[in-house]
Amino acid sequence: MALRQAWQKAGKVLNGGALVSPGSTFARALSTSSDPLTLEIPVPFKGHKVDPPSSTVETSAAELVDFFRTMFVMRRMEIAADSLYKSKFIRGFCHLYDGQEAVCVGMEAALNDKDCIITAYRDHCTHLGRGGTVLEVFAELMGRKDGCSLGKGGSMHMYNKKGGFYGGNGIVGAQTPLGAGLAFAQKYLKVDGVTLAMYGDGAANQGQLFEAMNISALWDLPVIYVCENNHYGMGTAEWRSAKSPEYYKRGDYVPGLKVDGMDCLAVKQAVKFAKEYSLKNGPMVLEMDTYRYHGHSMSDPGSTYRTRDEISGVRQERDPIERIRKLLLSHEFASVADLKAIEKEAKKEVEDALAKAKESPSPDAPELFSHIYRKSYGAEAYGADRKESTVKLP
Amino acid sequence: MAMAAASSTLPAYHGLRGSPSANAKSKLSCVSANPPSRVVVRALASKPWAASKTLRQVAAHATAVASKEAVSSSSSSQGGHELLMFEALREGLGEEMERDPNVCVIGEDVGDYGGSYKVTKGFSEKFGSWRVLDTPIAENSFTGMAIGAAMTGLRPVVEGMNMGFLLLAYNQIANNCGMLHYTSGGQFTIPVVIRGPGGVGRQLGAEHSQRLESYFQSVPGLQMVACSTPYNAKGLMKAAIRCENPVILYEHVLLYNLKEKIPDEEYTCCLEEAEMVRPGTDITILTYSRMRYHVTQAAKTLVDRGYDPEIIDIRSLKPFDMYTIGESVKKTHRVLIVEECMRTGGIGASLRSAIMESFWDELDGPIGCLSSQDVPTPYSGPLEELTVVQPHQIVTAVENLCGKK
Repeated sequence: MALRQAWQKAGKVLNGGALVSPGSTFARALSTSSDPLTLEIPVPFKGHKVDPPSSTVETSAAELVDFFRTMFVMRRMEIAADSLYKSKFIRGFCHLYDGQEAVCVGMEAALNDKDCIITAYRDHCTHLGRGGTVLEVFAELMGRKDGCSLGKGGSMHMYNKKGGFYGGNGIVGAQTPLGAGLAFAQKYLKVDGVTLAMYGDGAANQGQLFEAMNISALWDLPVIYVCENNHYGMGTAEWRSAKSPEYYKRGDYVPGLKVDGMDCLAVKQAVKFAKEYSLKNGPMVLEMDTYRYHGHSMSDPGSTYRTRDEISGVRQERDPIERIRKLLLSHEFASVADLKAIEKEAKKEVEDALAKAKESPSPDAPELFSHIYRKSYGAEAYGADRKESTVKLP
Repeated sequence: MAMAAASSTLPAYHGLRGSPSANAKSKLSCVSANPPSRVVVRALASKPWAASKTLRQVAAHATAVASKEAVSSSSSSQGGHELLMFEALREGLGEEMERDPNVCVIGEDVGDYGGSYKVTKGFSEKFGSWRVLDTPIAENSFTGMAIGAAMTGLRPVVEGMNMGFLLLAYNQIANNCGMLHYTSGGQFTIPVVIRGPGGVGRQLGAEHSQRLESYFQSVPGLQMVACSTPYNAKGLMKAAIRCENPVILYEHVLLYNLKEKIPDEEYTCCLEEAEMVRPGTDITILTYSRMRYHVTQAAKTLVDRGYDPEIIDIRSLKPFDMYTIGESVKKTHRVLIVEECMRTGGIGASLRSAIMESFWDELDGPIGCLSSQDVPTPYSGPLEELTVVQPHQIVTAVENLCGKK
């Protein structure tokens, strides 16, 4: 993962299993052992037309530390985005992912660069998981040149072609046929990979999702439909919008699995299982039972349709970062001080990226007209008054 | 050289024809080699994996826009073969599928059935069911799938059984197809072709007589072309598939059985260029698709009455070929647009304001625009005829604009 590589590049030295940070006096405590470690997933999987995978998952200390760090960076990034929005650096819509980090981090642990991910607008962390940088995300959120979409996409339109991240879509539900198309291309081009087409409990009621499921089941496309069920479609709770909120069953003939989306390891296990299944048999639905702490977007306080007790309850009992922290501490893979050091690192990384992003300039005016057409004919778009720029053929 | 002189007289904002690129290594380019009233265009192959033809071979054989001598370019080659328009579309599509393994067709009944208008007849046997995909009735999702596949580099050709059905895929076409190149900061291109028959047919009823070009014309990032003859149908089909931008190719239900002789050699047509149908001096008549034939029919009457209309098939609905149109307006100073879109918000409406904006000083009078009535197309035959523009209306309009002779 890009974040892990960046971390290693930052000057830390791997020393026979223990990570030595310059000036640290806890050289022995933090374990980065890759020795396999088996753990039990507490919340059982629920299967629909498929036998669920085992609840024993293989991981390692290094992977757990990685999960912790990555999720922490994501959490800090989203919280920084919150303040940026309030201080008007970010405008328009800003949908934050904090609380749901386990889904994208767990997924990445089971995927490689041949796989594709496409999601809706709550995409900042998914972009990061696919190899994007925090700088790119902040710059894009603020509409600057160094953004992943050159400042022209914004919060809802982040893409990373190299990393296999296909966006970033504003109209929810529309990404599911796109995802089926990506899977079609993978099968057509004989690429040994799957596509994860992600959507929420709100978009789960879109007709095009069922159309896509039908076609992908007919043609055995390697697509995994991942429903990030955070129980609220903006202000509408799932019981008010879906006759059947058992989203993993709604594929009918498409098998499904319900997963505890606040547990990285459960997500990893489920995606690994689904990938193996999908490459052979076609589509599968994964319902990730997750939760968002923020409101739907920055313009939604998030407390008019749910109680503060509910939010703080989830935070106390199911927070994904705390879960990994407890695991690390209880297995003595890290000490409290180690984790604090990691957190401090992560905060600094996010702050540095933020400072750099703030310095990035806005795109220049001619950028308004670039990338409308791809220059197959040397065509550039017209200016509105047809005087400034013209369609030129070479 | 003639071209250099021509381009230097162009005001900056008519630059649809920039300086010609003599560099043969450039991608598909349209090079104008003659003075403006007579245009012969060379198209070069853009992809290196055209295994059977070298760049030079393709360049030597390609011709596009009709020249002054030949009313249709088809008679320019020695042999040529005669076929119907749907066969020309089939030939173009088949040649591109053979040339590039990434081209696939996706639509309803395109495979085993051979296409509702037989454009893909025989393809399923030839290319396999993985390249000619029969879909369920799910326009929204299969158009979305084509767009998703195009993001990875495949080149799907989406067939709407009737263009009107693609209204169900409007979100995918407007938001994803047109905009992904821009919102991803240039990372993804969507080389998809969306084609199908549209327009008013023979008593097909309101919902099967849609003219979608008026709905899609505002979407940034799309290119739109309308074919009208077997020659330009094949050429535009090939060019659209090779184009890196999403292209909507509008065919017309009533034109599928047009017969014409087309060259045996490979050729493409330039997507952004208009076609000179009949050069003239009195008035510029701009039209496209089926209305071209009503205009040429009206032209017979007009010529008998002493008029000399210049007829241009605009072909490229987005972007407009303002160069060809501009040169014509400067010559005739009168414009009549004849279209099948409805009066409100149609291609004619946009074209009219574009011409007025750019060529106001050249015009001797208001731009005429004949469009279909703003009504759902009725089933009844006589009423349906009243909905679309008829040749006698075109004759009357020209007489009004030019004055009686």
